[in-house]
Amino acid sequence: MDVRKTYKLFVNGEFIRSESGRAYQPDGNVNVPRGSRKDLRDAVRAARTAFNGWAARTAMNRGQILYRAAEMLDSREAQFTDLLGGGAKAKREVEQAVETLVWYAGWTDKLPQIAGTVNPVAGPYFNFTLPEPTGVVGIVAPGQPALAGLMRRIAPALCGGNVIVALAPEETPLPALTLAEVFATSDFPPGVVNVLSGQRRELLPWLAAHMDVNAIDVAGCTPDEVEAVEAAAAGNVKRVIKVSPTESSPYLITAFMEMKTVWHPIGV
Amino acid sequence: MAITKKQSAQLAKQVFEYAPAPEAIDHVKIQPRYGLFIGGKMVEPHSKKHFPTINPATEKKLAEVAEADALDVDRAVKSAAKAFDSWSRLAPSQRSRYIFRISRLIQERARELAVIETMDGGKPIKESRDVDIPLAAAHFFYYAGWADKLEWAFPNRKPKPLGVAGQIIPWNFPLLMLAWKIAPALAAGNTVVLKPAETTPLSAMLFADICMQAELPPGVVNIVTGAGKTGSLVVSHPGVKKVAFTGSTEVGKMIQKQLAGTGKKLTLELGGKAANIVFEDAPLDQAVEGIVNGIYFNQGHVCCAGSRLLVQESIAEPLMEKLKRRLSTLRLGDPLDKNTDIGAINSRAQLEKIQGLVESGLQEGAELYQPECQLPEKGFWFPPTLFTNVSQSYRIAREEIFGPVLSVLTFRTPAEAVEKANNTPYGLSAGVWTDKGSRILWMAEHLRAGVVWANTFNRFDPTSPFGGYKESGFGREGGIHGLAPYLDLN
Repeated sequence: MDVRKTYKLFVNGEFIRSESGRAYQPDGNVNVPRGSRKDLRDAVRAARTAFNGWAARTAMNRGQILYRAAEMLDSREAQFTDLLGGGAKAKREVEQAVETLVWYAGWTDKLPQIAGTVNPVAGPYFNFTLPEPTGVVGIVAPGQPALAGLMRRIAPALCGGNVIVALAPEETPLPALTLAEVFATSDFPPGVVNVLSGQRRELLPWLAAHMDVNAIDVAGCTPDEVEAVEAAAAGNVKRVIKVSPTESSPYLITAFMEMKTVWHPIGV
Repeated sequence: MAITKKQSAQLAKQVFEYAPAPEAIDHVKIQPRYGLFIGGKMVEPHSKKHFPTINPATEKKLAEVAEADALDVDRAVKSAAKAFDSWSRLAPSQRSRYIFRISRLIQERARELAVIETMDGGKPIKESRDVDIPLAAAHFFYYAGWADKLEWAFPNRKPKPLGVAGQIIPWNFPLLMLAWKIAPALAAGNTVVLKPAETTPLSAMLFADICMQAELPPGVVNIVTGAGKTGSLVVSHPGVKKVAFTGSTEVGKMIQKQLAGTGKKLTLELGGKAANIVFEDAPLDQAVEGIVNGIYFNQGHVCCAGSRLLVQESIAEPLMEKLKRRLSTLRLGDPLDKNTDIGAINSRAQLEKIQGLVESGLQEGAELYQPECQLPEKGFWFPPTLFTNVSQSYRIAREEIFGPVLSVLTFRTPAEAVEKANNTPYGLSAGVWTDKGSRILWMAEHLRAGVVWANTFNRFDPTSPFGGYKESGFGREGGIHGLAPYLDLN
């Protein structure tokens, strides 16, 4: 007889039940926690608390942790292949997710060298521009591909030093919730990655309107949802990130980043 | 030893005595009435409506400008859309030359532009002459060079222009903000419909003349004047593919909301409440100049103004003495006088806003200091003001005043300075004054702001990206980063 797993939310480095005590059955059988507005607020607070520490890690350290996540995911390839329905296509998707993590792990200590600049201002000043993480990022992952699609949104955001609150796809939440176990064993400080499952209509409006969320990635949203998110995002001038869901690119990392310019006089 | 108001006023009298040195205005021709710049020429507005623009230093009417209605805006957008076909396909090197030409014409007509800027907006002539106009020309010169080098700017991408850019600019740096908007847009191959602020439209009207003089193809630049309603029409016009706005956070949020679901690209450069942080080891005299430049430059009508002074507790007293003494030497008056440090407040509405916030500071318990300072009878004026005994919760420490009003707070440790500096929904700029290099870099790293000035303040350059974190907006203007918002990089 199997020892079944209880699926849980991942908030502040802990696997927790929804404070609402509710669950739903996306595939008619497994109980998945139905996260609430309160769970979302807790996740944002955990993320905010984790932000300064994560952003202050060295680029190399962030790269190593992302690479560690790739190792953890790769070692669970069979489990994730099963979760995605088994077969060659599912296996390929897991491999893609691993590849995405490895690719972005290698970007952490290179991005500032291609996205940053030294600016030749017309005066005796040293002036440079560097990318910095924008802060707490909400991620609305597409339902398909449930694992690789989520990874393509999460990895660039983490790579740049952001902290995230990800909404698992409503219909296919199990890969996202299981992925939290990978992040939990990859040396990410608690709160850097948070994963919530539940109903999109219950969570998305609050994520989009939350005053302490700096950016929101809407790759998994319908056009109507995008419009609602964009309207709510104006409340605190949130960055709304809309890019092709299949892409991997350093431009995607900078989409989650701010450019900071520093001036200093030159003189004897 | 605290210096009294009277003593400092006497000191000012002893040290300086100036004769008036007004800038000549006889070489400047302001037309009594302006139309709209659409399709390469000045046209009468369909609305048939005009409104006055006044000199805020004298309250005298300078000219009447057109108020563009929906049909006028539609004409401008259509003219820009028509021009886009050929402008975006023009050889980039040719595009580049037109922009270079504009830059040169601004330099050639620099004094005329400076005088108009000062008369229409109230800023001291030495600022419009030495800052606004040269920087505007430099901005066009910088982006002119990018027009035929775009594919070198974005590796692995084929940059394409977006179409018609709708651009709304504020009244604090009218021509400079026009340059920040138009130069990168044209370099990237877009055409524009620009709406200047309703209180400062005249330098944009002169710029229309420069476009004609440069023989810029008709419709590449269109300028429609009007107030917020006209701006809203530009932003919401379906033919506009890209919106760039500089102004208040309040209006920026409205625009972001208005554009929800339209797929238009948006950049916002909004308000700020910058901390200017002075450590005990800072060269104090230099810091005092930086503080003054940070908050009293352009009457404090600067989104990145250093409006919160954070002083390390150990030097608060001597720094305040020096600062108060320096304040008493600032000359307020005729903006056209070359010795004037503080000009006129841009409009009556802005003056009332400043007065209201200063009143709130007094009511909440802050201590006010203003040097003895005679205000001209006509026009809109506000003396340089500083508040001590300010708590972080006071409105004068939280809200953007956009006037010559400084709120002084103190701190003990670098960590406390960072905490207080970042304790705002804004994140546009910050200043740090210290002799310690490692501390400068540590502070620069921890301040959540788009521009950090260390041992300097309020410096600008076309090569230097400018823009905010958090509610100060998104997107950058200036530098290679300033091109991206005007390009399709997919």
